[in-house]
Amino acid sequence: MREFGYQRADDVSGAVALLAADPDARFLGGGTNLVDLMKTGVERPARLVDVRELPLDGIEETPDGGLRIGATVTNSDLAAHPEVRRRYPALAQAVLAGASGQLRNMATVGGNLLQRTRCGYFTDLSKPCNKRAPGSGCPAITGEHHNHAVLGASDHCVAVHPSDMGVALAAFDAVVGYETLEGPGRLPLADFYLPVGDTPHRETALPPGALITGVTLPPAPVAARSRYRKVRERASYAFAIGSVAAALDIEDGVVREARLAFGAVASRPWRARAAEAVLTGAPADGETFAAAADAELAAVRPLPDNGYKVTLMRNLVVAVLTELAGEAAR
Amino acid sequence: MTTATTGRTTARGAVGTAHTRVEGRDKVTGAARYAGEIPFADLAHGWLVLSTVARGRVRAIDTEPVLAMPGVLAVLHHGNAPRVETDYVGLLGMAPDPTAAVFQQDRVPHAGWPVALVVAETPEQAREAAEALVVAYDEEPHDTELTTGHPGAHPAGGVMPGETAKGDLTAGLAASAVVVDEEYTTPEEHHSMMEPHAATARWDGGRLEVVDSNQGTTWIQSELASMFSLDASAVRVRSEHIGGGFGSKGLRAHQVAAVMAATQLQRPVRVVMTRRQMFSLAGYRSPTVQRVRLGADADGRLRALEHRSLNQTSTVYEFVEPSAGVARVMYDAAAHHTANEVTPLDVPSPTFMRAPGEAPGSFAIESALDELAERCGVDPIELRLRNEPEVGPVSGLPFSSRNLEACFREGARRFGWAGRDPRPGVRRDGRWLLGTGTAAASFHSGAGPSTALVTAEADGTFTVRIAAADIGTGARTALTLVAADALEVAPERVRVRIGDSDFGPAMIAGGSMGTRSWAWAITAAAAELRERLALGADIPAEGITVRSDTTEALGRLAQKERHSFGAQFAEVAVDPATGEVRVRRMLGIFAAGRIVNPLTARNQLVGGMVWGISMALHEEAVRDRASGALYAPDLAGYHVATNADVGDVQADWVDDPDPDDPVGIKGVGEIGVVGAAAAVANAVRHATGVRHRNLPIRPDRVLAAGVPATGGGTDA
Amino acid sequence: MAPTPSSTSSAVTLNINGEKHQLTVDHRTTLLDALRERLDLTGTKKGCDQGQCGACTVLVDGRRAVSCLNLAVAAEGREITTIEGMADGDRLHPVQQAFLDLDGYQCGYCTPGQICSAIAVIEEHAAGWPSAATEDVRPEAGPPPLTPDEIRERMSGNLCRCGAYVSIVQAVTRAAEAHEAAAVRDGDGGLSAETVKETAA
Repeated sequence: MREFGYQRADDVSGAVALLAADPDARFLGGGTNLVDLMKTGVERPARLVDVRELPLDGIEETPDGGLRIGATVTNSDLAAHPEVRRRYPALAQAVLAGASGQLRNMATVGGNLLQRTRCGYFTDLSKPCNKRAPGSGCPAITGEHHNHAVLGASDHCVAVHPSDMGVALAAFDAVVGYETLEGPGRLPLADFYLPVGDTPHRETALPPGALITGVTLPPAPVAARSRYRKVRERASYAFAIGSVAAALDIEDGVVREARLAFGAVASRPWRARAAEAVLTGAPADGETFAAAADAELAAVRPLPDNGYKVTLMRNLVVAVLTELAGEAAR
Repeated sequence: MTTATTGRTTARGAVGTAHTRVEGRDKVTGAARYAGEIPFADLAHGWLVLSTVARGRVRAIDTEPVLAMPGVLAVLHHGNAPRVETDYVGLLGMAPDPTAAVFQQDRVPHAGWPVALVVAETPEQAREAAEALVVAYDEEPHDTELTTGHPGAHPAGGVMPGETAKGDLTAGLAASAVVVDEEYTTPEEHHSMMEPHAATARWDGGRLEVVDSNQGTTWIQSELASMFSLDASAVRVRSEHIGGGFGSKGLRAHQVAAVMAATQLQRPVRVVMTRRQMFSLAGYRSPTVQRVRLGADADGRLRALEHRSLNQTSTVYEFVEPSAGVARVMYDAAAHHTANEVTPLDVPSPTFMRAPGEAPGSFAIESALDELAERCGVDPIELRLRNEPEVGPVSGLPFSSRNLEACFREGARRFGWAGRDPRPGVRRDGRWLLGTGTAAASFHSGAGPSTALVTAEADGTFTVRIAAADIGTGARTALTLVAADALEVAPERVRVRIGDSDFGPAMIAGGSMGTRSWAWAITAAAAELRERLALGADIPAEGITVRSDTTEALGRLAQKERHSFGAQFAEVAVDPATGEVRVRRMLGIFAAGRIVNPLTARNQLVGGMVWGISMALHEEAVRDRASGALYAPDLAGYHVATNADVGDVQADWVDDPDPDDPVGIKGVGEIGVVGAAAAVANAVRHATGVRHRNLPIRPDRVLAAGVPATGGGTDA
Repeated sequence: MAPTPSSTSSAVTLNINGEKHQLTVDHRTTLLDALRERLDLTGTKKGCDQGQCGACTVLVDGRRAVSCLNLAVAAEGREITTIEGMADGDRLHPVQQAFLDLDGYQCGYCTPGQICSAIAVIEEHAAGWPSAATEDVRPEAGPPPLTPDEIRERMSGNLCRCGAYVSIVQAVTRAAEAHEAAAVRDGDGGLSAETVKETAA
């Protein structure tokens, strides 16, 4: 780890100004990902601007009945918040499915959105990686990739985004708020992550130097009946190999509204709009759920060793939607 | 001066009753100091630099810029390190693994080979400098892939003969009503003990002192003495608390590098492995490719048995994972062939890892027996009992005791095995398919020569000094109980000091032999001390000390098949939609000699079974073909079982004292993992109808194998 | 060797187990290394140094956290509690006592982290936090009972390679029951470690 400067920011504008003063600076939130990446040498910032103390740690109701979540709210506080659990239970479940109790106490909402892939080539300086060292190649495509992307990947990178929280946020149309020297801005989560293409090292649409200040969840009554299911290679404390955030509103056996997003299958939390289109207005039964999954998974491009993810996601979608439909019927 | 008394002051013996760990308070308060935690004045910190290529030569090491970095004191590498001796046979009867003899040559035989040590004033400085050190390599093509029929494969011995053969295998199989002929594989597995390897070396008045985390202080003492051409008395190795070992904590690069640096700088130097470095420096269990052929009569009685196991080793050291050894103890047949084969690859040297041979070997053969039972339509327990041998199948020697049947009977009763419906894939609980499985376990029981010092102190207490190692086994506590009984005093009057090579030669904590070996030595010394005290002599201020040595007594032991046995039971739940497998409950019943401390022994047996769960479902180190290095070598990439992966796991035992051991001990360190993975895999078969012959049984493999709609069965 | 304050190091005051420690830290120094290498508080263990094992768990402002991913310089102003601060003099914290009595460990290296984590788990549960093992996370479902499955999930951030999980769960269960009994008796939430300590004997 190289030596670096450290400053604690007192307010948002100060933080943004501090960062702008040094092109090699990074914001430090909970540090659960950044400090680890600094130890492995993937990140070598010259300066850290500590934003943990910024007054962005509140969760507030918005006038229209949504929630505004500050960027420095910890994962733990987010998952424990009664209104999050009441209005967006899948979000609480997603956060609780991530990492460990210790890490959730440290990790922030803003940092979670910006965490980097856990692809083993990305985190190993002795190996090539287009995301870490553009142009060096992607050894995962011909190497170890059983937990890599089946959707939205490219010939340059097949890494997956590791966030659980982001999957639920994607399902609920979250909007990311940020601050730059030029003033505040907003990015819907759908536009927040860039397509992989031939620039896998460029991950988000945030302007340079921007500080995430919070996430706004629009009101979504459908989310009150929602669920997050995560499959991983051990029962806890592991990244997903596939996950689903889903919400269903059913009336008279017909799906009125559906929300669906996938995790661990793409370079970003994957909003399954094709599936939602199939679901909306269709009978809430297994046939519809399977058709919805198939519609979304029509675009998959599996590699030799990750084709199981297609089966996994199809089964997960059907299982989770069936559970939600069962609850609705009760 | 007082007169110490021993005698029948305690109502009953301490051995056999539950005692909390004597060092427990230190461990729960954080007061127990492990190797990297002993303070030294003027301490310098070493950081190892490992090769990034899998095969080739170091062309150049650019030390100058690094030496100019803040705090950097030295850079050791093959161009400037002292030469060490490697042409010797160590305490365990084996030559040293050259991986530990660091910086002796420019050749790089595997990725993660130590090429340099950077020493600096602080760990941060050492790390940054080590990362900045530019090493140029002449890279050569590598071969890191273990495959069936690899051209380099050859039968190999090690701790046992490479091959055994009796009877006509082809004829035996041809005459069999039922034949199983399958290949089983286990992946590369890593010890991953929680405490990384750490050593501090310093010279103290002409004597080399090493504070280390290891499984035997006199073992490491003798290795370092041989390597650095020192008299053993000029080397002192201490290792008081050890954060797990499992076979990995022997002589490794960190101790040797620390000694070199301490010698050059003439100040204490500490070298600690990072977690990632451990994956290439600390040894591992080789992957295995095993072929089992079983031929049986319709009632399941074996006519022919063949077990061949192939493992990989490095190009610099031959280590055999003797998986085919299991059948030499467990099952007989008129035609009986076993072979351990090894092939050198451009990979790190594997080493002993908890139940070497038995853990992967039992997965293969106990899975094959389950397949045989199914094909014969015989209950898996009954099948095993029908094949109980009278004497060692290969040796022809009698068993010292073989209480496997008692384990199965008691286990079946407690697990609720009776009336088990053998049909696969027919039990459901919501989204989960349920199944049960069983497997047998065995592990060699032995003892190694040890010396012990037992002192009657002037204050009426007793001090035991022995170079034992408590790597989490509870040895310190067990030996306290053994000493108390041998001295016929309450355990509170006995203080056991371990982990110091100055206490004299002793067996290592390995091969499930530690506690038995040390207990023997303590018992012998205590007996003699009691005789001396019985004469009624006054005890001088320095106490009365008796030293024992068990070498001769062990040499007088009759040749027998000496083993612990066990029966493993598992109930699993498999979600066929997601491929998730959960072990809901497990029961192991063991015949493992006299149990010294039920509290810690049960914990250790359960721990072994947890290893079995972890082996069955989670553990796999993946080697990247292109680079020849491991993919994601850390505890997020290499999964060991978490708390949530472990359901209701219970261990218990049947009465089984070893008739030839003074205390009746056999050893409980390894038997718990043996057969555990097979029991889980057999249960997965019972739950789903799919036979998984390749570990771990991960969700992707379960999904790729699919699940038959009803009953029947398929192969993964 | 202690650095002097510069652009890459800072003088900080760390509040650890109720004591203030002044030291100058290289910004690269983690809280874990500051504890172990600078303050001789070696009860906090380094298992992976990557947030992947939980051995370095401490309490930061009363909440469990991995000290390997906390920078020491960023820990200034926070109340750090390590394993050395859990006992009340000679009287063990009930969680420590339960680990000792029920053999909730083997080699002991993960143990300080397990105990710090367990103390926090009991607090988190008492505060009504759900977990990934909680069937219904909605507040109207009420707080989940601290079943073995809940404990297993909540303790899963602490690896124990010796595989002592079964006795760890037993120890946490026993300590949690004592905590709950104390809370009922005291008629309050009984959420602080202090409360637990006072009712230990």
